[in-house]
Amino acid sequence: MAAELHVALVAADREVWSGEATLVVARTTSGDIGVMPGHQPLLGVLESGPVTIRTNDGGTVVAAVHGGFISFADDKLSLLAEIAELSDEIDIQRAERALERAKSDADASAERRADVRLRAAASH
Amino acid sequence: MGAQLRVYKRRIRSVTATKKITKAMEMIAASRVVKAQRKVAASTPYATELTRAVTAVGTGSNTKHPLTTQAETVVRSAVLLLTSDRGLAGAFNANAIKAAEKLTERLEAEGKQVDTYIVGRRGLAHYNFRERKVVESWSGFTDEPTYADAKQVAGPLIEAIEKETADGGVDELHIVYTEFISMMTQTAIDSRLLPLSLEEVAEEAPKGEILPLYDFEPSAEDVLDALLPRYVESRIYNALLQSAASKHAATRRAMKSATDNAGELITTLSRLANAARQAEITQEISEIVGGSAALADATAGSDR
Repeated sequence: MAAELHVALVAADREVWSGEATLVVARTTSGDIGVMPGHQPLLGVLESGPVTIRTNDGGTVVAAVHGGFISFADDKLSLLAEIAELSDEIDIQRAERALERAKSDADASAERRADVRLRAAASH
Repeated sequence: MGAQLRVYKRRIRSVTATKKITKAMEMIAASRVVKAQRKVAASTPYATELTRAVTAVGTGSNTKHPLTTQAETVVRSAVLLLTSDRGLAGAFNANAIKAAEKLTERLEAEGKQVDTYIVGRRGLAHYNFRERKVVESWSGFTDEPTYADAKQVAGPLIEAIEKETADGGVDELHIVYTEFISMMTQTAIDSRLLPLSLEEVAEEAPKGEILPLYDFEPSAEDVLDALLPRYVESRIYNALLQSAASKHAATRRAMKSATDNAGELITTLSRLANAARQAEITQEISEIVGGSAALADATAGSDR
């Protein structure tokens, strides 16, 4: 068995990232889940949260994902998200502004989205 | 310059200006078709993965869901019609509207009530003018639809289908849109989106692939609950994108023939203008000749 995962992170309107990885950590509705090669076939619902992908060459890719699914079978892992942004694509200032706005509007889901973005950007 | 010639010259000028405009519109539409096609291609990975996941849940569990269960007697159906906001696209909107009307007629003949939902100002204007009831309509994004737009459209539709029929909910959802087949061919088609038949979805998925037994997280029901609305959204998104690509292709074709017609008109008009100019010159010459002959006659007479 190949000791690597073929990962595809796709948003609704584009493919955000794809490549080989050794470990993927994502947040499902029932908690964080880590997937390594050889994992049992899995289909889960994602929470809005950061997804960490440890690539083959030792690098780490972090993305903020809002709503979607993780599906894994035969060492092929797909992360489907309505919105997905890689950590280096995130505009920190904009996310901070969004966070403040969401806090003042008491919009819990918007606040969470902005928070996830910021955390993903910080871990980059 | 004679009056006739001036009229021709003026018309040639105005047709030339029109031709320039239609030519520009043709080129803009051509570039937009390519862009729209690229968007369709970019959304394909998500759609394929989603189809795979839906198939996996559908075959891997016997879960019942309002979006997949066929009502015993269908009382009300919803028809979603995708048109464009702007015209100048040949028969694009007319064809889509005609297809929707045919579908409505068929459904009504089967004894169903039909709720109409419309995307695009053109379709809405058509229905409003005939004072037909439209449940909900959206416009402003038909040229370049985004996923958020598709979500916005799908939301009320999914809500309507999940509602009990007695409370005004619908039992099935049909979608009428223009399928982009090629640059030259686009056809208005209707298809039933909901209730989803999992067998049909399974047929769409790549053949010869044995799906593994998935572990569902948190549970098959919850996954299906979250998955099916996304699937519907993605289908509507795809329909919106295809409709946009078709509209641009139709615009391109309409503008191309308008440009060709303008060119033809200019040729005909310049022929007429040339003839008018010739006639004018001929007349002037004959006037001069006639004038000088009369003068010569007069002088010859006075000499005598």
